[in-house]
Amino acid sequence: MAVQIETLAEEMYAMVAECQGKKNLKATDLTKAMIARHGASECSKDDCKHAIRQLIDSGRCVYSYFGGSFITLPHKEGAAPD
Amino acid sequence: MADQKYPTPLLDELEKGPWPSFVKEIKAAAKAKPTAEDLLGQLELSYEEKISHWKHGGIVGVMGYGGGVIGRYSDVPEKFPNVSHFHTLRVNHPSGWFYTSDVLRKLCDIWEAHGSDLTNFHGSTGDIILLGTKTDELEPTFNDLTKLGFDLGGSGSVMRTPSACVGQARCEWACYDTMALCNDLTHLYQDELHRPAFPYKFKFKCSGCPNDCVASIARADLSIIGTWKDDIQQDDAAVSEYAAAGLDIQKDVCDRCPTKCMDWDGKKLSINNRECVRCMHCINVMPKALRPGKEKGATLLIGAKAPILQGALLSSVLIPFVPADELLETLKELVSRIWDFWGEYGNNRERVGELIQRIGMSAFLDAIGLDPVPEMISAPRDNPYIFFQGEDVAEGTAEDEEVQNEATVKETK
Ligand code: HEM
Ligand code: HEM
Ligand code: SF4
Ligand code: SF4
Repeated sequence: MAVQIETLAEEMYAMVAECQGKKNLKATDLTKAMIARHGASECSKDDCKHAIRQLIDSGRCVYSYFGGSFITLPHKEGAAPD
Repeated sequence: MADQKYPTPLLDELEKGPWPSFVKEIKAAAKAKPTAEDLLGQLELSYEEKISHWKHGGIVGVMGYGGGVIGRYSDVPEKFPNVSHFHTLRVNHPSGWFYTSDVLRKLCDIWEAHGSDLTNFHGSTGDIILLGTKTDELEPTFNDLTKLGFDLGGSGSVMRTPSACVGQARCEWACYDTMALCNDLTHLYQDELHRPAFPYKFKFKCSGCPNDCVASIARADLSIIGTWKDDIQQDDAAVSEYAAAGLDIQKDVCDRCPTKCMDWDGKKLSINNRECVRCMHCINVMPKALRPGKEKGATLLIGAKAPILQGALLSSVLIPFVPADELLETLKELVSRIWDFWGEYGNNRERVGELIQRIGMSAFLDAIGLDPVPEMISAPRDNPYIFFQGEDVAEGTAEDEEVQNEATVKETK
């Protein structure tokens, strides 16, 4: 049975949280990791797209730009003045 | 200027001369807005010290969006508190840049309420650029913009706001409806526009004819350039009128035809249409006498970019001719294959043109399932050094046998 979108979102969130401050992850990194973990038959690119949408629309993750676009936890911007 | 908060002797130099001056405009805005006033101060400091005082911000959009906002902070906020935040919004422009004056006034009202008053109509992407606001003003600005029917454009690793020449709205040379296609692409790819999922940016630009008024061949990852397949439409009476009016048809038309496929005997203009490369030159010179053919469509090209990480690239032909009414469907299929492959194999910050340079055009064509065709080549190479594959050799000789077998093995991988 295909992996639930919610499950994918949770697993992606865990990856983002673990990498926060160490490595920046792109949408494709998360997608590739999920497909590698669950297999393409259980988890499609489209499922991953929806899982990312859940994370962003719920505000649990945000997009950030560091030379390219990455997905991170919400954070205080380094450059923002106090 | 005695009433100016900061003296700006260096910037003042840029008001001299007959040209439009951004300094003059910022000064005008500074009369109403402290943001513009502090911007002048910080800019003057940068000119003195020859260094930028902007810091990149990580902020990229409004809630749910991964693009459309370019975040900037001052690194001298104690000196210029009113530009401590100076974020810019990219706003998706209407196809072909058509506005009513009413909507322009309302856009300005929104920016007067939320931002610095400073705008740029339009940025290189084509978007409306609203320059300079604070983080807290981003959502309120966005809300007002959406109420007026506008949306943010793209930034970061997304499909960037597509743009189109005015096309059939104003131009008789348009070989397809550029504005409709641009609008369709914008709606079709909303997700790709707002939610960064690519290795890097991806741009579509739609030009109605090879004059390429949106410079898609130099700037779009996927250029859609109108062209025609049949013969140039020719009105001989109008040709004679041009000649009678003093146009030197031999010198200014025929001699400048890049393929020298035109002939003028003093009375009759003949075009060898098989050799015509649809450059538009003759049509541009004699618009009343010559016009594009009737069988209209577009050429799809891939891979242009301006220099950022690597040098500039012009796009290369991918599909020589797609009839106008098949453009959208063809693009949907083609683009999904390109994005799949680029998403899978593109490095971070690698444009699709750079990917093609890295792996070679033949590998790229193979990956997206297109066969090479002669139109993809700008000029044949001038030496005959060619490696034949087994399947290219019609009648194999004994020595070819081995090659043939190798090719078969390769094909079955
Ligand atoms: C009689 C002497 C030579 C012959 C017959 C010869 C022949 C060739 C041939 C057939 C090619 C392939 C051309 C192609 O693929 O378009 C080639 C390419 C090349 N040769 Fe020579 N070559 C000679 C001398 C040299 C010498 C002396 C050098 C350097 C010291 C040299 C450097 C190269 C290079 C760098 C290329 C690649 C050029 C490219 O791909 O654009 N060749 N040569
Ligand atoms: C491990 C070492 C090398 C490898 C793997 C290698 C590989 C290649 C390859 C793949 C090509 C292109 C063939 C094609 O057109 O399909 C080539 C061409 C060429 N290489 Fe090398 N090469 C090596 C060392 C050298 C050295 C040391 C020289 C010169 C001293 C050299 C000179 C050339 C030349 C002149 C050509 C162009 C000839 C042609 O186009 O056929 N290569 N090489
Ligand atoms: S690109 Fe061609 S069709 Fe479009 S506005 Fe320019 S001349 Fe007209
Ligand atoms: S369009 Fe260009 S190539 Fe074609 S006939 Fe006219 S000048 Fe020559």
